[in-house]
Amino acid sequence: MADPKRYDNRLGLKGWWGGGRWGFERYLYTLHRLTGLGVLCYFVLHIFVTSSRAFGMRAWEKWMGTLAGPFFQGGEFLVVLACIFHAFNGIRLILIELGFAVGPAEEPIYPYKTSLNKQRPLMVLMMVLAAVAVVFAGYDFWLLH
Amino acid sequence: MRETKFWTWHLLAGCAILILGSLHMITMHLDGVWGLLNPAGGHAISWDNVAARAHQTIFVVIYILLLGAALFHGLYGLRNILCELGIGKGMRSFVNAVLVIGGLALFVFGTWAAIAAQAV
Repeated sequence: MADPKRYDNRLGLKGWWGGGRWGFERYLYTLHRLTGLGVLCYFVLHIFVTSSRAFGMRAWEKWMGTLAGPFFQGGEFLVVLACIFHAFNGIRLILIELGFAVGPAEEPIYPYKTSLNKQRPLMVLMMVLAAVAVVFAGYDFWLLH
Repeated sequence: MRETKFWTWHLLAGCAILILGSLHMITMHLDGVWGLLNPAGGHAISWDNVAARAHQTIFVVIYILLLGAALFHGLYGLRNILCELGIGKGMRSFVNAVLVIGGLALFVFGTWAAIAAQAV
């Protein structure tokens, strides 16, 4: 099989910041990556911090005491927000990848709706669900603790 | 073909995280609203709750599955971002090696901690 044609990614990281004609979904693409990287950084630290439970109650409570300040609390809530967004946008991406919510393939005879426009209700639904989850998490995080 | 297989695993790992990670997030971050899976009551990260969960085999299995799925999903996602930015072939091999070794080391350490915590 012949090698597929490869093109340089001319824009590189700069391409993350401009939605251009791709619209709102392009910003979700950027946000999905940023939240993914943020959650990955947190996750690596999380593995080390939570592993302290293997060393007993003292080690656990020492770590939890260190992380109890407002700086870490605010950071933890940002991680919760990032997880919620990444999860709901991820569901949208998997559904679209599997061919849901984009409609059947059809001949592009003007005026026609692109698959980007066809999936938009799904995008709106996912963002609304993410907002509801954020409200729940914010209520628990800031008002009940 | 290999990339397609890894991409499919990436999606499957995402689905696994969605289920197991949601359970984890509900346990840890909605404890004030629902208080699920916190047998000692109170805050989810209090030692009594942490120890009670650590002693249940089902939680140990969930932790290890979630650890594996999240590490694969996260590190493969990071690799995709780096490759998409147009790194050369030599650098790609280096990134692959670092991510595989780093991922395996984190998995072994996290798994050891989950198993060792049962005895504490």
